Amino acid sequence: MNEHPEAEITLRWNEPEVSYDVVIVGGGGHGLSIAYHLATRHDITNVLVLESGYIGGGNTGRNTTVIRANYGIPEAVRFYQHSLERYRALEDETGRAMMHDRKGLLWMAHSEAGVRQERARSAVNQAFGAETVYLEPDEIAEVCPEVDLTCGGGFPTVLGASFHQGATARHDRVVWALAEGAMRRGVHVAPGTAVIGLVHDAGRVVGVETAGGRIAAGTVVSAVGGNATVLADMAGVRLPIRTHPLQAFVTNRHQRRFDPIVASGDLGFYVSQTARGQMLLGAEIDRQPSYSRRSTHDLLASLSHRAITVLPFMRELRVLRQWTGSCDMSPDYSPVMGDTGVDGFLVTTGWGTWGFKAIPAGGEVMAERIATGVVPELMAPFALDRFGRDRTLADRGSSGTH
Amino acid sequence: MSLRIRCPHCGPRSVEEWVHGEIPVVPDAIADPDARDVDRGYMHTNEHGVVREAWFHLSGCRRWVTLWRDSRTDEWVEPPG
Ligand SMILES: Cc1cc2nc3c(=O)[nH]c(=O)nc-3n(C[C@H](O)[C@H](O)[C@H](O)COP(=O)(O)OP(=O)(O)OC[C@H]3O[C@@H](n4cnc5c(N)ncnc54)[C@H](O)[C@@H]3O)c2cc1C
Ligand SMILES: [Zn+2]
Repeated sequence: MNEHPEAEITLRWNEPEVSYDVVIVGGGGHGLSIAYHLATRHDITNVLVLESGYIGGGNTGRNTTVIRANYGIPEAVRFYQHSLERYRALEDETGRAMMHDRKGLLWMAHSEAGVRQERARSAVNQAFGAETVYLEPDEIAEVCPEVDLTCGGGFPTVLGASFHQGATARHDRVVWALAEGAMRRGVHVAPGTAVIGLVHDAGRVVGVETAGGRIAAGTVVSAVGGNATVLADMAGVRLPIRTHPLQAFVTNRHQRRFDPIVASGDLGFYVSQTARGQMLLGAEIDRQPSYSRRSTHDLLASLSHRAITVLPFMRELRVLRQWTGSCDMSPDYSPVMGDTGVDGFLVTTGWGTWGFKAIPAGGEVMAERIATGVVPELMAPFALDRFGRDRTLADRGSSGTH
Repeated sequence: MSLRIRCPHCGPRSVEEWVHGEIPVVPDAIADPDARDVDRGYMHTNEHGVVREAWFHLSGCRRWVTLWRDSRTDEWVEPPG
């Protein structure tokens, strides 16, 4: 399996010019998707994407790539279902395989509270177009015979919810395909260039500062993942965001194909198998807000224990690599997209531990907002001003860090 | 590596025993009382640097301690000045 799309796609990076219609800060999945959709949907190509490191080197390149739409509130189900459908179309549209692999998602509950949540969520899913069905324990055994239904005796599985469209995709292929698609139409992308300040004029943001100088912009979009607050501070905007580390690890190869993505809300654990056969595991965020991307032994030990509780065969596997990203967590576990109250400065943030699946739709709606000045319907509920209007979108139970 | 927190009562203990408590700071520049309420309820300073915070030793002495940490590195630092 070719895991190095960089070798297939050659991109020639740009030296930034002095002025652009749109400057996007952050060359992760969201920043590049905004650029891609500006160019392909609205013919806006006088666009620059600035990335402090290498493209996709932030959370997008560290994520476990679960794509699903089984969220708990109508606004989110609609948004993620649309994004999930767009992911598949993106492969044809860009002509680049993203190793999109639909394998289904099995989400288990081991407590009364967990069961209540899964039932409520399935009902909302069905009502708003995401196909989720409950499974009794004997049906779980059919979908995934490897699961220990007693979970080591301590957490008997009471119910499962199966989301058939659950999928994974290869993160760097998504990033490179979007960058290539945007650049082919004239968008500039400059890795290794950090934004260190914003340029203000009469209460508006009119450009960015880099070590190489000032770049003027009609609109500046912040798409900087865990650094959202750092950028917003430069604009004088307060965000409801705390940055938390999220860790993951991958094992050596498991010799059998392991099909569904398996998750347990009660145990705070999920796992999927990569194209190379490795088992890829994730858990909950670290409790302290932090920009540190240090991995901890605490997490490794506790997550391994949970994994073996659910899937005893994993006892035989070895850990190959462990890593950490910086997640932009919002208080209601929903994203924050759009206007900030400061003209010329838009944000896409609050993607927390679940924003990879949102890359196609997130870029599409932000591009439409920039091009038309009108906030698209799919995006409107996620506005920053919802917190001041008592319109928060609480969906903690669905976020599940993947 | 793992984060350890120095409890003045129990000694250094793993972060797993603790509950993190943010000490909210509403910027003085926000004057309007309603806006201050919204800020206190939802917004975060999310310091990129040294932060003062409270930790509750849940699986220990069950007391709160106030500590200073550099959020870029997770190193504990002395209270400034
Ligand atoms: C371990 C882990 C597992 C996850 N699993 C899943 C999952 O299974 N499914 C899912 O949907 N989501 C998952 N996520 C969440 C997902 O990775 C993110 O929500 C998503 O990638 C966010 O994309 P982004 O483009 O907003 O941010 P990023 O990919 O972080 O991109 C932001 C970019 O901005 C750059 N930047 C920052 N500051 C500056 C600056 N001042 N100037 C220029 N550039 C700057 C950074 O270098 C970075 O490349 C996971 C996250 C982690 C960490
Ligand atoms: Zn103590």
